[in-house]
Amino acid sequence: MKKIILIFLMIAINLNNANALIKVDITRGNLDPLPIAISPLHVDKNSQKSDLFDTNKLGEEISKIIEQNARSTGLFNPLNKDAFVQKPDIAHLKPRFEDWRLIKAQALVTGKLLIKDDKLKVEFRLWDLTAAKEMQALSFTTTPSNWRRVAHIISDKIYERLTGEGGYFDTRIIFVSETGPKEQRVKKLALMDQDGHNIKYLTLGNELVLTPRFNPTNQLVTYMSYFRNMPRVYLLDIETGIQEIVGNFPGMTFAPRFSPDGKKIIMSFAKDGNSDIYSMDLNTRVVEQITKHPSIDTSPSFSPDGKFIAFNSDRSGLQQIYVMRSDGTGVKRITHGKGLYGTPVWSPRGDLIAFTKVRKGRFYIGVMRSDGSGERLLTENFYQEAPSWSPNGRVLIFYRETKADKTGKGFSAKLWSIDITGYNERRVKTETDASDPSWSSLLSK
Amino acid sequence: MKLNIALRNLLIVLFGALVLSACSTTKKGDLSGDVYTGKETIEYLASGVPDRVFFATNKSSLTTAARDTLRKQATFLRKNKDLTVTVEGHADERGTREYNLALGERRANAAKDYLMTYGISGKRINVISYGKEKPVNPASNPLAWSQNRRSVTVKVN
Repeated sequence: MKKIILIFLMIAINLNNANALIKVDITRGNLDPLPIAISPLHVDKNSQKSDLFDTNKLGEEISKIIEQNARSTGLFNPLNKDAFVQKPDIAHLKPRFEDWRLIKAQALVTGKLLIKDDKLKVEFRLWDLTAAKEMQALSFTTTPSNWRRVAHIISDKIYERLTGEGGYFDTRIIFVSETGPKEQRVKKLALMDQDGHNIKYLTLGNELVLTPRFNPTNQLVTYMSYFRNMPRVYLLDIETGIQEIVGNFPGMTFAPRFSPDGKKIIMSFAKDGNSDIYSMDLNTRVVEQITKHPSIDTSPSFSPDGKFIAFNSDRSGLQQIYVMRSDGTGVKRITHGKGLYGTPVWSPRGDLIAFTKVRKGRFYIGVMRSDGSGERLLTENFYQEAPSWSPNGRVLIFYRETKADKTGKGFSAKLWSIDITGYNERRVKTETDASDPSWSSLLSK
Repeated sequence: MKLNIALRNLLIVLFGALVLSACSTTKKGDLSGDVYTGKETIEYLASGVPDRVFFATNKSSLTTAARDTLRKQATFLRKNKDLTVTVEGHADERGTREYNLALGERRANAAKDYLMTYGISGKRINVISYGKEKPVNPASNPLAWSQNRRSVTVKVN
């Protein structure tokens, strides 16, 4: 125990040395978010016009996205632009630190952009106002249509510099869009940026689709479809739109997920009233049976090093979470608390497993260490499940359903996110009802 | 004092209303434990042959009433030798989606196995699980959930 405390202290001291003065602590709920001024980016007068956006307003739009991202973390308090005292281009050259400190800002983001020869060039700087110095300066060149991604990448850089953790803004969410009455839901695969923009529907809604999940490079999605009334696991290439059935199983396959190297899909196969866990190698097509037990074994999820698999099983009589080696040996039950446990998902950092817990008719999203110790319940509701991790292992996205009255009214399914601190619970806005979210890794690494 | 009596009368009236509304929603007799025993939502494969059986929460074991219904279905299928059926397994909305898919499959197979013990060939019985995806009753209450925990035998041809 003493050792652990020492290690933490050393890291903190080192980071403090490396990061000058401002540092945002993300390890607990932040009740005192860092006041940050995000100046509109200055638009170079020689910039070309574009069909995609109003060039003159692009600098402001980008700064708004950065502001929204910063606010959504709960760690930052972006200040009202009305109080800003310096013009964007001048501030970007050299801010008058004392003026910005006057409006209580501790960090400042400035930038400029130029559109020339169909290229968007963006430069940004992050300033530490307390220490009166530049913390970071970066520039990007890309096609103008990528302008929202530029804003997300800048947000990631700021987050990374100020927290010392990886960012999660230049990411996408794949999920199931839901419309129609509860007894006849129309479900489509949908893809959007992490902030809800650029939504694309990947299926038409002719058949029921469930539980989409990205591969590590975010190009492929594995999901379950009732195409031709045969519930099976599918593989979809997002760019080409080509999809194929995974394996040749004589019964329902479901609950798919990729291995961390992207080479295998792990899933459940149900036959004759029994569900076991199988994997299929996507290159060799070799299928391996991993669990062999007359109970329901499902919702498998690999550890990030690929050595272990967490899953839920009702072999004890009730749904509980187990961990085993990836070859199926060494099965060990890790949940012993009161209630049912399901949907284990290993954090990308490897330290925690997120799960759904059901107790006394209430649903909880929680995290625990991979040996089952240190259980923390983050949020309680009427119905919620299926947590998915942000790439930095700090935030969970999940879906929540509301209670319906006798006629089915009042029912809804929405996406929510929460920090693993248990703070900062937020609706993730979608234009339709939504469920089964899965968070991509960072698009640009 | 007068006010007190008025209040008390009001309370009695309110209490009576509560009792009445409680009776009308729970319909004692439609649930045994948490297994649905009523007739609502049921359709018929033929006269006197109900199409579905109901299950307890998280269970796939067949109740006496379920076995009785399935024996009637077996008799009907023996008389209609060309008929094939699909047994659809369902779960209520109070479980995780993936587990419910497996649970629906287990329920449908429990019904299928029972039909087979009464001489119906497994080749005539397809099985599909819908998990919690196709509730018959959209409400979020114990009665609706009991009606949704079901396996339904559907004629294919």
